[in-house]
Amino acid sequence: MTDHQVAGLGTLQGRYRMLRLIRGFEELALTLVKSGAIVGGTHPYIGQEAVAVGVCAALRPQDRITSTHRGHGHVLAKGAEPRRLLAELTGRVGGLNQGRGGSMHAADLSLGILGANGIVGAGAPIAVGAAWAARQAAEDRVVVSFFGDGALNQGVLLESLNLAAIWRLPVVFVCEDNGYATTLPAEVAVAGSALGRAAAFGIPAAEVDGMDTEAVLAAATTAVDRARAGHGPGFLRCRTYRYQGHHTMERRMKVSYRSAEEVDSWRARDPLPRAAALLDQDQCAAGDREVAELLAEAEEFALSSEHPDPAGACDHLYASGLRPRAGAVA
Amino acid sequence: MSKLSYTKALNRALTDALSEDPAVCVFGEDIGAGLAGPTLGLQQRFGADRVVDTPLSEQAFTGMAVGAALAGRRPVIEFQIPSLLFLVFEQLVNQAHKFSLMTGGQGSVPLTCLVPGSGSRDGWAGQHSDHPYSLFAHAGVKTLVPATPTDAYGLLASAIRDPDPVVLFAPAAALAVREDVTWELAPIPIGSARVHRAGTDVTVVAVGHLVHDALAVAEELAGEVSVEVFDPRTLYPFDWTALAASLERTGRLVVVDDSNRSCGIGAEVVATAAEEMRLLAPPRRITRPDGAVLPFAPALDRSLQPSRDQLRHALRTVVK
Repeated sequence: MTDHQVAGLGTLQGRYRMLRLIRGFEELALTLVKSGAIVGGTHPYIGQEAVAVGVCAALRPQDRITSTHRGHGHVLAKGAEPRRLLAELTGRVGGLNQGRGGSMHAADLSLGILGANGIVGAGAPIAVGAAWAARQAAEDRVVVSFFGDGALNQGVLLESLNLAAIWRLPVVFVCEDNGYATTLPAEVAVAGSALGRAAAFGIPAAEVDGMDTEAVLAAATTAVDRARAGHGPGFLRCRTYRYQGHHTMERRMKVSYRSAEEVDSWRARDPLPRAAALLDQDQCAAGDREVAELLAEAEEFALSSEHPDPAGACDHLYASGLRPRAGAVA
Repeated sequence: MSKLSYTKALNRALTDALSEDPAVCVFGEDIGAGLAGPTLGLQQRFGADRVVDTPLSEQAFTGMAVGAALAGRRPVIEFQIPSLLFLVFEQLVNQAHKFSLMTGGQGSVPLTCLVPGSGSRDGWAGQHSDHPYSLFAHAGVKTLVPATPTDAYGLLASAIRDPDPVVLFAPAAALAVREDVTWELAPIPIGSARVHRAGTDVTVVAVGHLVHDALAVAEELAGEVSVEVFDPRTLYPFDWTALAASLERTGRLVVVDDSNRSCGIGAEVVATAAEEMRLLAPPRRITRPDGAVLPFAPALDRSLQPSRDQLRHALRTVVK
């Protein structure tokens, strides 16, 4: 089974290493936001790592994902090179998107990563379409659509659930419920429930501890295998938590919508120690070392990659090569 | 020789594309039944898995077409009502159009949106009578408004082959046009204008069905003023080179555009001509009013659309 899997996620050690990589990557990104090397900020994934790792561990390299504004974890867990993701965050030509997308649009189509996305819920119909296309082309591919609890209130998500269900498409909808749509608590924003939405369309759904990588992997494997076998879409609601603010601007804005006790109670359930407990100390230490080296190398790469030439600011606007008129007459 | 109708031309372009390329597929509402015309018979011929009847979920099936395009298909979406485009601006502009640049050219979205019956259809009132091509030209989505059956065939064929998202508006008022076709139908390059009638005094840039009005008025006033009728066919990217050449001949410009006045394509044509081209007299625009919502009653509906009377008046004004 391991040779089918993404980025070495077939083992406990590989999954621990990926959790550590995402955590370390996000912490590094925070320092680079503070230093000004990352302009505009990020939506930190810290705390939610078990979801990306558990789900992507159930996938094969040819499978595809759509991601969210909080997408670094998904992109890394699906196999993107950390240094190229970091170079994208710093807006350099060595970035995944050559510095054209940044944090919220990071993509690597060669790995089936159809993009992080700046619009909540927007990835869901794209995932449905990619799944439909794979079936049309008789390709063995499952598509995972990651989205947050905020997207539960986007009409297009509900429409997408319906399309996936009526056409029995190989899509797994993964709701990362971190409890808040920016600052709005899900408990006051979501009538009914996430599982109820899936049930309304006849889609099998599972409630998962989103702080437990192995639990996520088990549930994702069931849903992915079922989708791959042609039995239609699945739905996971992974209850999780972000330790940081919605985005890196939040600290400066001094907003307060959750208590320190609440954050601490979730930190006590941190996915990393839980994964580490399944390994011996040497295995963890080896993973930690490897990640530290990878991140040091990523930082070096991301900060030494060239800045893009403004003369090419409209490059890639049209795949046909059409050049738009300039904003001023020469 | 055969008489080709506009709707039949669209149907033939779809048939040929589906026959030539197994990646081409069609999504839309009631397309199996062929309710709007262009898809008549396609599902029977190509199957329900390539000509897909969708539920009334415009946002999801448009987003789905974006995903299918990213995954190697070449989807065509038929929108039964032009105003539905307002529902899917997110999917077409925020997602489909931006994808290539945002990913640094990793992928493209070869998606064609077909809008048969755009503009007023007489008696369908405020939410079925929009003609929103200028919005897409403004956003930078390739925007086509063919006036004739052969142009409709050729531009739809090119749209489906194009690697970028394209929206093709088939004006309701042009759907009745029939054409004697004595030549092989062929793709027409996106971004190439067509001069329907040569003239020396005034260039009339007419969009879509208004080409036929412009030709009628030009003929009627032939003894008085020599009118060149310029059909851009593609509104974005606009064929500025051809327009500059036309204005070199005439030096005068009238634009007839079934858009609301502010920021309509007519405004762009006039602005570009004023900045960059030869003009001997102030140009004129004939458009819908600012912020127009077409009222139901036929006389009111017609009163807000560009008319031949307005065109006659504008032509006489610019040659004074």
